[in-house]
Amino acid sequence: MGIVEAKNLLYEYFKRDDEGKVTGIETAIDHIDLSVEQGQFISILGHNGSGKSTLAKHINALLVPAEGSVTVDGLDTSDTKNHLSVRQIAGMVFQNPDNQIIASVVEEDVAFGPENLGVPTEEIVERVERSLKSVGMWKKRTHSPGRLSGGQKQRVAIAGVMAMEPKCIIFDEPTAMLDPGGRAEVISVAHELNKKKGITVILITHYMEEVVGSDRVFVMDHGKVVMQGTPREIFSQVEELKKYRLGVPQMTLLADELRKKGLPIPAGILTREELLNALCP
Amino acid sequence: MSLIFDHVSYTYSIGSGYETKALSDVSLKIGEREFIGIIGHTGSGKSTLVQHMNGLLKATEGKIYYNGEDIYDKDYDLKDLRTQVGMVFQYPEHQLFETSVFEDVKFGPRNQGLDEQEVTLRAYEALTKVKFPEDRFDQSPFDLSGGQKRRAAIAGVLAMKPAILILDEPTAGLDPKGRDEILGMISDMHNTVGNTIVLVSHSMEDVAEYVDRIIVMDEGSVLYDGTPSEVFSHYKKLEEIGLAAPEVTYLMHELADRGIPVDVNATTIEEACESIAAYYGRTGI
Amino acid sequence: MMREITIGQYYPAKSVIHSLDPRVKLFGTLMYIIALFIANSVSGFVFMTIVLSGIIIMSKVPFGYMVKGLKAIVVLLVVAGLFNLFLTPGIPVFTFWKFSISMAGIRGAALMVFRMIYLIIGTSIMSLTTTPNQLTDGLEKSMRPLSAIGVPVHEIAMMMSIALRFIPILTEETDKIMKAQMARGADFDSGGIIRKAKALVPLLVPLFVSAFRRANDLALAMEARCYNGGEGRTKMKPLSYETRDGIAYLIILIAFIGIIAVEIFRKKIGFI
Repeated sequence: MGIVEAKNLLYEYFKRDDEGKVTGIETAIDHIDLSVEQGQFISILGHNGSGKSTLAKHINALLVPAEGSVTVDGLDTSDTKNHLSVRQIAGMVFQNPDNQIIASVVEEDVAFGPENLGVPTEEIVERVERSLKSVGMWKKRTHSPGRLSGGQKQRVAIAGVMAMEPKCIIFDEPTAMLDPGGRAEVISVAHELNKKKGITVILITHYMEEVVGSDRVFVMDHGKVVMQGTPREIFSQVEELKKYRLGVPQMTLLADELRKKGLPIPAGILTREELLNALCP
Repeated sequence: MSLIFDHVSYTYSIGSGYETKALSDVSLKIGEREFIGIIGHTGSGKSTLVQHMNGLLKATEGKIYYNGEDIYDKDYDLKDLRTQVGMVFQYPEHQLFETSVFEDVKFGPRNQGLDEQEVTLRAYEALTKVKFPEDRFDQSPFDLSGGQKRRAAIAGVLAMKPAILILDEPTAGLDPKGRDEILGMISDMHNTVGNTIVLVSHSMEDVAEYVDRIIVMDEGSVLYDGTPSEVFSHYKKLEEIGLAAPEVTYLMHELADRGIPVDVNATTIEEACESIAAYYGRTGI
Repeated sequence: MMREITIGQYYPAKSVIHSLDPRVKLFGTLMYIIALFIANSVSGFVFMTIVLSGIIIMSKVPFGYMVKGLKAIVVLLVVAGLFNLFLTPGIPVFTFWKFSISMAGIRGAALMVFRMIYLIIGTSIMSLTTTPNQLTDGLEKSMRPLSAIGVPVHEIAMMMSIALRFIPILTEETDKIMKAQMARGADFDSGGIIRKAKALVPLLVPLFVSAFRRANDLALAMEARCYNGGEGRTKMKPLSYETRDGIAYLIILIAFIGIIAVEIFRKKIGFI
């Protein structure tokens, strides 16, 4: 059984008017099945409002299914007793770097998770050191988060999750508010944690370039999983992706245009190297 | 219309012992009907630069002239300048405050002291220009989707009919389709209205696709100022300062390095596609 | 301009004051405030100046950085000073038109202004040398007995620490929204009080909306990191007294007795 299993998951919420009267029911997650194996790096793509963040919150037990079930490492998230364990096993990094750092000093923020879990003092100190080193922020441990760059703040947030010793980290659009440098920082840390520490990564994003290195990609639209496969399989369907308000990486797009002009270029080009090799073998 | 920066420098918190030079000795001229992209990494001074253009920040050294007039002159009306040089901040939807979208868009023209009829007309025109759906004019701005909020906020600045429109990262946080829609709308507007647009962006791809002129900021100074292909020909230097040219530029240079005579000045997908197809169309792969 | 407010912002440095237990600093700050109100003369303030200078030097926080915090209250200082200067009854030493200034007025105004400046600087040393987390830990531990009578001590402490963390973020945000509205022609400076208050609507509404959004995000982030109230929580840096804290308590007490002694002695010999 996988680390994260969603079966027939449904989540609805009430739409209300100005007076708070219910005017309708919105379906944010529409009968989703999802299975993630321990150690995988998976990506969930979708436009704004496609339901991908709602799905993420289910894996962390911040939301519980209205119908169907979600289990994390065998624990059912519908059971309130499991919530703390679920959140410890599947940590979450959010979009806005400023709104998820609780303390005013980097190391104190990283300690927040283990403190909540009741970890003994000496072990907290060790965990804080280990996690800050794993994201390359150990040198800044006594800094105030306010003086860090966006990418650095997100790395602190990742360290804060790592200090809870999770098996899985869900990244909920961690790069949406960052500049290109910051984006690259965060994505490379995610890959490193996945490779070196065996952390299962679930990356939610709408930047196509970021999903290229994943094992598996899920595309969401209107609360449903509409496409899934390896990045190559997904990106070979350029027109289909456009239909879901998504683009494809630049090189994939160029390869596609060239193919339309009659050049014999294989489908599913993802990187510059691949296109270069296709053009001059 | 012209906006001239004459040796402008700006230092934060002078005299506190925490001085930081955010702009140093910037000289440039912005003219009629231009579409300019300003790029630079975070902290390069690009936001400081654009906040000088409408007088929100006052240069510590140097002068700025709008239509030949010194904007730091005692009698100069800075409030009027701000309606001439419109500024859309990053995440502009965070400034929405009125009870309806329409009222919010009226805020700018009303501050200009126009009569109510003109204010209404301007608001209507601006919302139409950003392709905001008409049946939502009376909705509370807080009930809209992310992309619609962004449009409403941009309309709020457009309604003042600025001669220069500055947009600081107008696509931040939007999904790919949303990004294309906003940039397409800005580009359409530039083509039809003919106002000057200054686009501050991190995305080389966006900048390469839309603008005619790129200003690269680094450590508070102008590093390059030229057409996209001129600027991106310095792709190695751009990389050193933490920026990168569009992927296309790299591909074209690498192809040229392998002896394939493609146009290394191509910066957009269409240009690259033309050039590559033209060569391989003759020779085959 | 909003960025200039430094009250409540931690200044990282390695100093004796920084390393003291927050409970010592809380106690010290309390005694310092009381002492400021005991000091009621030139001699008293000379004594307080010596004490304050000692603390400032030991804290290793640049003096310029502390004074920056005063800028925000200049208006308040001037108003308070003027009130004291003109409204204190006594034998006039200086008269013009309807106003007269008495010796007692000058004395009262000077004491008032000095007291406020010393109060701000002294209390800001507390927040400048103590991280909000330490500060709230200190408060939480000192007030622990109150939880027996149902005061939510942990929750109050947590709220305070979060508020302190968000002060710089929200001031920056205020600055940003203000600029954005100024770019739309808003005028925050001119007009009478009513017009000025009205002009604040475009600033306050977005600010509240943003504060609520941040609060919501933060609550989710805390929950995601297993926050579950104060019960069963451990600390990375639990508070425990060291020898230096004992010495500090002693010094605080000596200084406090010192100011009382100075005031009594001064009165006896009739010194200023």
